[in-house]
Amino acid sequence: MLTLTVNGAAHEIDVEPDTPLLWALREQVGLTGTKYGCGIAQCGACTVLVDGVATRSCGMAASDAVGRKITTIEGLADGGALHKVQQAWIDHDVPQCGYCQSGMIMAVVALLKDTPKPTDADIDAAITNICRCGTFREARAAIHAAANA
Amino acid sequence: MTKTFSLDRRAFFLGAAATGAGLSIGLAIPVNEAHADAVAPEINAWVVVKPDDTVAIRIARSEMGQGTLTGLAQLVAEELACDWSKVTTEYPTPGESWRRKRPWGEFTTGGSRGIRTSHEYVRKGGAAARMMLVQAAADAWGVPAAECKAQNSVVTHVASGRTTTYGKVADAAAKLTPPANPPLKDPKDWTIAGKPLKRLDTRDKTTGRMTYGLDVKLPGMLNAAIRECPVFGGKVKSFDAARVAGMKGVKSVVLVGDSAVAVVADTWWRAQSALDALPIVWDEGANANVTSASIAQWLHEGLDDAQPAFVGNANGDAKGALAKAAKTVEAVYAYPYQNHATMEPMNATALWTPDKCEVWTGTQNGEAAFAMTVAASGLPPEKCEVYKQMLGGGFGRRGNSDFVRQAVLIAKHMPGVPVKLIWSREEDMHQGRYHPTTQARLVGGFDANGDLTALRIRISGQSILASLRPEALLNGKDMATFAGLTSSGDAALGYSVPNLLVDHSMRNPHVPPGFWRGVNVNQNAIYIECFMDELAHATGQEPLAFRRKLMKAHPKNLAVLNAVAERIGWDKPPAQGVYRGIAHHMAYGSYVAAAAEISVADGAKIKIHRLVAATDPGYAVNPAQIERQVAGSFVYGLSALFYGECTVKGGRIEQSNFDTYNSMRIAEMPAVEAIVMPSGGFWGGVGEPTICVAAPAVLNAYFNATGKRVRSVPLKNQSIGFA
Repeated sequence: MLTLTVNGAAHEIDVEPDTPLLWALREQVGLTGTKYGCGIAQCGACTVLVDGVATRSCGMAASDAVGRKITTIEGLADGGALHKVQQAWIDHDVPQCGYCQSGMIMAVVALLKDTPKPTDADIDAAITNICRCGTFREARAAIHAAANA
Repeated sequence: MTKTFSLDRRAFFLGAAATGAGLSIGLAIPVNEAHADAVAPEINAWVVVKPDDTVAIRIARSEMGQGTLTGLAQLVAEELACDWSKVTTEYPTPGESWRRKRPWGEFTTGGSRGIRTSHEYVRKGGAAARMMLVQAAADAWGVPAAECKAQNSVVTHVASGRTTTYGKVADAAAKLTPPANPPLKDPKDWTIAGKPLKRLDTRDKTTGRMTYGLDVKLPGMLNAAIRECPVFGGKVKSFDAARVAGMKGVKSVVLVGDSAVAVVADTWWRAQSALDALPIVWDEGANANVTSASIAQWLHEGLDDAQPAFVGNANGDAKGALAKAAKTVEAVYAYPYQNHATMEPMNATALWTPDKCEVWTGTQNGEAAFAMTVAASGLPPEKCEVYKQMLGGGFGRRGNSDFVRQAVLIAKHMPGVPVKLIWSREEDMHQGRYHPTTQARLVGGFDANGDLTALRIRISGQSILASLRPEALLNGKDMATFAGLTSSGDAALGYSVPNLLVDHSMRNPHVPPGFWRGVNVNQNAIYIECFMDELAHATGQEPLAFRRKLMKAHPKNLAVLNAVAERIGWDKPPAQGVYRGIAHHMAYGSYVAAAAEISVADGAKIKIHRLVAATDPGYAVNPAQIERQVAGSFVYGLSALFYGECTVKGGRIEQSNFDTYNSMRIAEMPAVEAIVMPSGGFWGGVGEPTICVAAPAVLNAYFNATGKRVRSVPLKNQSIGFA
């Protein structure tokens, strides 16, 4: 048993310590907005915030997340109000299939926290998520819009 | 409007109507908007109107990112004359379709056909529903229906000014006899269709609430991980279940068919961990020594004229004209195997009892998934059902139902227990239905004036239809292999050459091929459009002018080509260090063209500054979403060009994850300008066509930049990459 603090709530879960945080979130905590894409920290679909840092949750053991603040896509909105990145995503009609978008949105949230007005070069360096539908054009516009929101 | 769709509750009620047993399970599935809407009247198969005037439009095709859900809803809503802000969508189930004798027609979602092959009957569905709602209102008022009009979900009796809403007359309308052949609006009068509306399914995709097949949760559900023999055609010889039986959470180790082993556990991670620890011995069969090199050699032999071949397009006497030509130009091109690499790996959840088999899965072909469920379950169709989930990408891969079969076979081992089967990314890479591999030898012949008199294209390689739909072969010939090179049809060659011969030496390696976003036009557009460039340069002709000479009988192809040439400024020199390339093609009923501006550092680092695309799909149901499909198509097409290759060694695919099968990132995304120029009179697709012009436009620009002609994909094999 170990305890994870996810979106402000403590979850005591029955999980092996070396289970990837991704699967602990999906299967033990029950939050499926964080997606499995590759399992080797390549694609970014599983990105969550760990103490505010964008983290590929497939590559972090659940035990290493104990005592840290985990934020998933489900915890991004503040009550009924969407985060400005979510709102920008809606305004720009970014998602296609949508499967990778939770991870990309979380990566963008972290980027804007550290770099409130990112340049295109900042975006290129920080956002390395794979999107097979190819939403990058709209995503870039939405990132700039969120930065100016 | 944004109140959308996950697994719709009403759709589930429809599907579960035959059995009370399924009902409780269905209700356990998370729904986004839990309305008690099961009693809302169905006006006809396409339209349900609820008392609050909310309209649920039934969509038979599958949403996988391409926007068909929104586009089809726009077409129905246009004729229904309903309030777009109150439109929701729902999937009818394939089982319901079977029981009701297919009122929604085909469920298949592929070949960019979602809108172009169903626009007429879905619009008629909307129009018929509108006429019934108007009739019901007129009946209530005791006036002729012709004196009433409908707009924005409101019916008005014009003379008296009385009004009512769809929700108020829906019950009465549902009891009326549908009109047989309702007239349709002229597209020029559209107010909902044809407009750049936002997608209906966006909000839940930004909050994590959208449920994909991977996210299905059922009471008491177990999870399964699977490994199939990595050598295609091989079988399981033995496995040592005792080695993993004691691992935490493990419930069962199951032989699936004769070629795969699955571990069932309480969680998927425990199932996959046990599978990784499970010793399996394979009987690799006859293909264990096949390599990419042996396949390439076999295909290369098929380029020899002496080898038998199916003729796909011919006019005049190409061989004779080439023999007499003043000058000939020849080149050989090649295209590799590629994986779809949907972001969501294949998965399906199945619940089997002796009386019922239910499947939850993301599928591009609900009816095929249903048929597979019937076949694998051993139950009759009336005892089977499939609940379609949102697809985390499809690209053709989810037109297959191999993972549905596996899930049902596993679930049969544990009656009454739902089992969710998820493929690891590695399994997904190793068990693809790959973009087929082909090679092509192209020969052009010129007369003394520099006019192209003959064109000879010999394709050698794999047929998709021979593997997946042999019944669609024409006396053995796979016409799909010639996509973009045929004399007519929805992917016709955009050039007239006096003497032409295009043929195909069919060679089918053991690697299973599949439909793939764009698929055969992807390589054929490279072959023809890069070779056209070669022919122009070989005879000192300007590539655009050279093409135009051959396109006089192809005005729609020429129009999109001219559009991109004009937008990119083809007749003016590019900036210092910037080079241009151009390409066009017809695919999936649409005419597409692209022009690229690139620069190249050190001969190998390509920076794509700008891509201009033009698309003529006949009618544009949602221009904003077409633009997004065009931009996304460049990502798929350029990922394929720069990175996409699955190699074969020991009879199996070598690549296993995104570290060895890369895909473009945002840093590599060029600026894309999409010109949507519907000319009317035909209906073309938009999800796929633009992919095929991405690569040749960039390759032709690369030649202009470097003088090097690249004739095989992917570029990474030649140490060429993104800057």
